[in-house]
Amino acid sequence: MSTKTSGSSLGKYIAVRVALAPVFLLLLLTVLFILLRILPGDIVTASLAGRASEERIEQARQAAGVDRPITVQYVEYLTDLARGDFGQPLTDPRSTSELLADVLPATFELTIVAMLIAIPLGIVLGALSARFRDTPLDGAARLFGIVSFSLPVFWLGIQAQLIFSVWLKWLPTGNRISGRIVPVNGPTGFYVLDGFLAGNSEFAITALKHLILPGATLGLVISGIFIRLVRVNMLQTLRADYVESAHARGVHERPVLFRHAFKNALVPVITIMGLQFALLLGGAILTETTFSWPGIGSKLVDFINARDYVGVQVLVTVIAMLITVTSLLIDILNGLIDPRVRY
Amino acid sequence: MATPDSTGTDSTETGTTDVTNTASPRSGIRARIEHALRPWRRANPGARYLVIAGTVITLVFLVMAVFADSVAPFGESQYCPDEFFDPTVGATGTCIGAPPDAQIPARVAPSAEYPFGTTDTRFDVLSRVILGARIAFLVVAFSTAFAMLIGVPLGLFSGYIGGRLDRVLVLIMDTIYAFPSLLLAILIAFALRLRLEQWGIDAPFVPAAISVGTVYIPQYFRVIRNHTLSVKEEPFVEAARSLGAKRRTVVFRYIFFNVVSSIPVLFTLNAADAVLTLAALGFLGYGIKFPTAEWGLDVNLGLADSVGGFWWTAFWPGVAITLLVTGLSLIGEGLNDIVNPLLRVKGFKGKVKGARAAMKAAGDRREQPLDAESTVLAEGDVR
Repeated sequence: MSTKTSGSSLGKYIAVRVALAPVFLLLLLTVLFILLRILPGDIVTASLAGRASEERIEQARQAAGVDRPITVQYVEYLTDLARGDFGQPLTDPRSTSELLADVLPATFELTIVAMLIAIPLGIVLGALSARFRDTPLDGAARLFGIVSFSLPVFWLGIQAQLIFSVWLKWLPTGNRISGRIVPVNGPTGFYVLDGFLAGNSEFAITALKHLILPGATLGLVISGIFIRLVRVNMLQTLRADYVESAHARGVHERPVLFRHAFKNALVPVITIMGLQFALLLGGAILTETTFSWPGIGSKLVDFINARDYVGVQVLVTVIAMLITVTSLLIDILNGLIDPRVRY
Repeated sequence: MATPDSTGTDSTETGTTDVTNTASPRSGIRARIEHALRPWRRANPGARYLVIAGTVITLVFLVMAVFADSVAPFGESQYCPDEFFDPTVGATGTCIGAPPDAQIPARVAPSAEYPFGTTDTRFDVLSRVILGARIAFLVVAFSTAFAMLIGVPLGLFSGYIGGRLDRVLVLIMDTIYAFPSLLLAILIAFALRLRLEQWGIDAPFVPAAISVGTVYIPQYFRVIRNHTLSVKEEPFVEAARSLGAKRRTVVFRYIFFNVVSSIPVLFTLNAADAVLTLAALGFLGYGIKFPTAEWGLDVNLGLADSVGGFWWTAFWPGVAITLLVTGLSLIGEGLNDIVNPLLRVKGFKGKVKGARAAMKAAGDRREQPLDAESTVLAEGDVR
């Protein structure tokens, strides 16, 4: 995949990326399939053992097709998937599409809020840190970046709950909405947005209050990654020939910083921000668990704890697809903004 | 790579110092040490402070881990004073015949007697925090060694041999790399634990160590492979090859010693990440099992306490995680500054250019930043 040749078209680059995406997805699904089948016993018996009669287990085994050889199961898994059939979790009464319609918006909402906090914080502190290298400001920003990256998100979340919910009683400890409020069924599934769209401001504000602690906790921890990345890349571009030549031409400090260095430093940073976004869509498992946030990550933990391997497989498949699509979008975006990466 | 010194730790030693230093071996050794220390001397003070501060923090924890048994006032599941405690019974010792009023009181706030307080199960929090350092270092050591043993040779050969093998390996590694690492660790730890239980093997930290380690294999693979790709085009490698050196000699003697320089940065940053991953596994209940003292597990055990206002049980283990991860990250980031010529202040212009050319040559589409730090941070998802 190394790009020795350069200068050919953007179209070709995108075509290659699009063509590679299914290969990547197939590989990812295969790895996950093997991983899940390493589990002892077959997945249905393991899930239902002690909870259902032998007869019922046998029925479920046949329904899920786990009594057949693993290669047959693999082919079946992929063909079902191609038909849009993800499988039916054993421990959740909702159909897979209903389940996804519930958990995905929750995860998206949390991810977006966290990114809205992390990206500005990361870019501003990272760029300042690089510009004022080796000054106390740089030291402070670096330390902030390193420490916030070092904080275990679940622990930070617990401390935040303790301070803002238990002691100050300003914000709720967890969940997306308080039990007494009936959720608004909006078009987006984002509670805050749906609440405002439906003109139900009480609902929207309650939802927002629930979103603040998990969003801020996650955002703060991720901002540490961004600060460090922006700083490192900014320092590298500040030493580039074109920055030097801009200085030599007598361009003022400010335009050099913003037009020459900053823009170029952002290229790799955008890639990694995109990857982070993809990773978070796969569920901020710890944040969601800590705040009982009903997203894909905490649901996955529920499935694992219930040994519902079908459920795990369904969610893991969805996560793999989300990651493939997001990576593809990042690659295309990268090709658009940075001519060097094209084939 | 126009000059071999793209990573700072001088790599020409295998190529040239051998020849120049044959006259006097002792001055040769000194010259080598001088050589190795050069990046450190040239580094800007900021980077050096980072490394020093990080090393101090890490060493404090290391000492704590090594002498945990004598430093910790109580055992990991000891709920009585020493006179009732028999450490030889069971895996962690037992309290024998301790009357209720002689036992350690439950949920005592931090005080002179119990500096970090006690838990609802009458354990001393300070002792568990100290003992937790041991398992953290143990798992980090095993997992990073595991990742290196697989990732480094694969990256070396994949980069050197190239062709179809390289493409397949890159695709597989990219797949693992793209998948959320914590989720991967959870799945592996869970599967492995059940398998080991089934086989009747009692190895409490093996699933955690292997699952944490697997996550880092692609990182070593990527960095080493990309580095190998650029080093193998070097004139000195070509010279060795044209002189008829065996492939093994070329790979190990000429390439390996030039690419190892990227390992220390990667190692320290991975170690930092591994502490977090282990804690995350422990917190979710897929890592180290109770009653072993492990920080993530202890945060989880303190959850109910914390919401009830007994803040100290979950607080201190988290502080320990944060401090150790910060210490390791400081070393990693400082080393990255020192080793990466693009970040070094007093580096030579020519070398900087060479390094940039190397980055371009190795430029896989995703890796405009070749530096190890970006590789690790891109995967940082212990969230």
